[in-house]
Amino acid sequence: MSRRCSLCLGIFLLQLLSGTSLLAETVLGPLGNATGRWVPAASGQPLTRALQPAWEPGLNGSGAAGDTALKIFSIEYHHVQVPFEITLWIMLASLAKIGFHLYIKLPSIVPESCLLIIVGLIMGGIIYGVNETSPPIMSTDVFFLYLLPPIVLDAGYFMPSRPFFDNIGTILWYAVVGTLWNVFGIGLSLYGICQIESFGLKDISLLYNLLFGSLIAAVDPVAVLSVFEEIHVNEQLHILVFGESLLNDAITVVLYKLFKTFCTMPSVGLSDVFIGFIKFFLVGLGGLLVGFIYGIIAALTTRFTENIRVIEPLFVFLYSYLSYLTAEMFHFSGIVAIIACSMSMKRYVEANISQKSHTTIKYFMKMWSSVSETLIFIFLGVSTIGDKHEWSWPYVCFTMLFCLVWRAGGVIFLTFIVNKFRVNVVTKKNQFIIAYGGLRGAICFSLVFLLPNFPQKKMFTTATIVVIFFTVFVQGMTIKPLVELLEVKRTSLAPPTVSEQIHIRFLDHLLAGIEDICGHWGQYYWKDRFENFNNKYLNKLFIREQHLSKSSIVMLYQKLEKKHAIELAETGQLAGTASTASLQNEKAAEVLKRPVSPEQLDNIQELLLRNLYRIRQRMPSYNRHTLPQGKSTNQAKEIFLRRQESLLKDDVSLNSVKRRSVCLADESQKKGKLARSLTVGGYRGDENHPEMECPKFPKSISVTPQQPSTAEWINEEEPENLQTPDENGIKLKWRDENETVAESRRSGLKLKLQFASPDAIDNGSPRDGTDNGGRIPHLAPLSRQFSEQVHDRGTAQSE
Amino acid sequence: MGLHSSHLSKIDNLTEIMEETGFSKSHIGRLYHRFQGLDESNSGSLSRADFQRIGGLAVNPLGERIINAFFPDRRDTVDFRSFIRILACFRPVRMVKSPDPLSPEPINSRDNKLRFAFQLYDQDRDGKISRDELYQVLFMMMEAEVTEDQLDNIIDRTIQEADQDGDGTISFEDFKKSLEKVNLEHKMSIRFLQ
Repeated sequence: MSRRCSLCLGIFLLQLLSGTSLLAETVLGPLGNATGRWVPAASGQPLTRALQPAWEPGLNGSGAAGDTALKIFSIEYHHVQVPFEITLWIMLASLAKIGFHLYIKLPSIVPESCLLIIVGLIMGGIIYGVNETSPPIMSTDVFFLYLLPPIVLDAGYFMPSRPFFDNIGTILWYAVVGTLWNVFGIGLSLYGICQIESFGLKDISLLYNLLFGSLIAAVDPVAVLSVFEEIHVNEQLHILVFGESLLNDAITVVLYKLFKTFCTMPSVGLSDVFIGFIKFFLVGLGGLLVGFIYGIIAALTTRFTENIRVIEPLFVFLYSYLSYLTAEMFHFSGIVAIIACSMSMKRYVEANISQKSHTTIKYFMKMWSSVSETLIFIFLGVSTIGDKHEWSWPYVCFTMLFCLVWRAGGVIFLTFIVNKFRVNVVTKKNQFIIAYGGLRGAICFSLVFLLPNFPQKKMFTTATIVVIFFTVFVQGMTIKPLVELLEVKRTSLAPPTVSEQIHIRFLDHLLAGIEDICGHWGQYYWKDRFENFNNKYLNKLFIREQHLSKSSIVMLYQKLEKKHAIELAETGQLAGTASTASLQNEKAAEVLKRPVSPEQLDNIQELLLRNLYRIRQRMPSYNRHTLPQGKSTNQAKEIFLRRQESLLKDDVSLNSVKRRSVCLADESQKKGKLARSLTVGGYRGDENHPEMECPKFPKSISVTPQQPSTAEWINEEEPENLQTPDENGIKLKWRDENETVAESRRSGLKLKLQFASPDAIDNGSPRDGTDNGGRIPHLAPLSRQFSEQVHDRGTAQSE
Repeated sequence: MGLHSSHLSKIDNLTEIMEETGFSKSHIGRLYHRFQGLDESNSGSLSRADFQRIGGLAVNPLGERIINAFFPDRRDTVDFRSFIRILACFRPVRMVKSPDPLSPEPINSRDNKLRFAFQLYDQDRDGKISRDELYQVLFMMMEAEVTEDQLDNIIDRTIQEADQDGDGTISFEDFKKSLEKVNLEHKMSIRFLQ
């Protein structure tokens, strides 16, 4: 405990240090300019302008006298000012994050976004207090050009595409119609409020109210992400809210720009409204198109990068950022463009790049988006302090009220309609979470700063900030307890019995399996069509041609194989001794009727809770702080390996008199992922050919090399001519000494990897033919992350 | 969708299937499309290998058992009729106010669903879940680090709770009783077929 305290103290001291250095800049900055004023380079450093709008360019002529003398020790601060300050802000943000996570309980009570805003508020307050001027405000340029793209890119790249496309209709429905509903609802009702004499707001016209409505109505992806991560809702709900928050950007952009233009125009005619209507489609579809084009170019580029692997990650980031900037240039929706770009390039890029580039991309994305998000919230806090506020009780309160009311009404109404078309209805509880989870965030904030200067701007700013704070703090903090409260109400009061728990989990797994068999894609037909098209044309175009490359395969193989073989070997040795219940049908049922004590019952419940395998689909796949692998991948691997073992054990005991011999590797082209599989399996050896004394091989082994090649399992007694110099022996032996396999003592596997040319396979096939009806068991590879399709074509022969 | 009409014409006994399973035409068409998609060799029936190619089943702890359920009586292939008959068991139940006692029990009734699940436990088809069979299933469903003693405890408790007649095994009636509080219609219905 004391260690933790000292750690915390250390962190806070560091924060204080960075904070004071920031303060020092504000004081030091003007003084440090020995040469007088500094000129922020116009386009090169928007940040300087952004961060210090209130600071006078330095004191002219101070210290000019001392210019020519040689100094022993001098400080020239302005030279490094800009990068220094940027780094210090980022450092502050990151240290704050460390500080929060030291208290494990804290992020679960207060979402991180709130804490960061508080830190920003403190910083802003300090700067304001010392400097007597407004602290640096995050300029909209900085926000939209530098801070927002990494977050959206991260979201788009890791977007789980299956639930997204399953629910795309609903998401679009909520995003488009919902946003329109909210904008017009809030704008019109605020206009109605303004008409009331006693509030003194009569001067705000309808257009201004609509403009305000358009910027306050949109749900913010950053805030939604940061809050929803804590509450772990199911996948469908998460994707609905999250997808909506991303896609409503297109609508927001159009409406905001439209109303802004209308505000400056003297009169608005019908043709202008019509043009505005057309702009909707243009913005959305244009963004989509731009994103796709860049995604395709990126996929093509990575096809040729095999000789310069180190810059592969760069392409992903560069192309995505370019797509964002291009879309912004044309006034399309940049967010939609980035999402389209990352989703379309993902599968081809992942097939082309190396494993290390892959990891690099993921980690960098997480890092950048994390930093961006932190900075956004801190700046939000900092920028609140200042003199740009004008408080107006009725306006602010009614804004907040209307935001809540219209959001709730909108969700209920829209869900009512959309449930008629969905088979998987959005339940009332989900509706509540969708409505309550409509958080506003930094996008509204930046948009309000982008407004042209008109008299009510300050009031709008205040109202926006209040709404943002309310949603982030109040809604963000209370959503988790509310969700839990709702869940508790639904379940029955009695805790489930042990058998209920087991059977329920059993049924869940069963249902998941049946749904997999049915193929539970909503638009399965189109998905199929797309996959076929993809395989025939797109893969050939975008994915590098496969060629023999031995080293990476071998390394990958070794890693998988050793682990698997060791496990198998150990299990094999145990199989002879331990009595596995899986095979004994005649074993008498032993009935132990001892009553289970309460503590034992508690233990059992806890055991079940912790250790039952989770259903594959329902696990949340999105995580802010780590890469989306983790437990689900390990669970999948474990289940998979255990099934291999059990298959093997079944084989061992049931085929006691059949010999096995080597089988060949199979070169197979899988749909989508051009991964090769190296398989080994047993097939029936003919007992009349004792010269083919074949060792037993494990049932199937999988590997996912990037570049496939052919490989051959070689019998130890193979004639020498088939061994080529580049064999790679993984020295694990697998011998079967006894014919009655029940007693087999396996000491390991011996596999010789030999990379042979395809015609060696043909040469090998006569061996196949001599044996009676052997089918080659063939294990398709697990994808690189073991998370996508796992194929397992086992033997069709049943004993 | 128009695409289904071309498939539907290829299905024999369409009306019979509709009557037996209760699926609508579009659902049958969709499942037929899926059947064809799984049937890579275009032989008109599915083998075990076709099922094992489904990704989700390989990482499902009960994957093998589910596949076996489609191949009863040691058969090696399953045709579309049998395929859809088994899947019909998972059709969502539409609540009927006063079920007609004379009509045959629909294939997706609660009882039939329970029977299907029971058969997955009861591999030797003796009508009872023995301690052994329970152990096997539990072993598959629990993570590898659980020890045998812990498993034994759980099994003891389970049998103790469920077993009514005291023979140390769980009969179908016991099974049904222990699940009476569970919303089976929801848990054993494919969510996108109604």
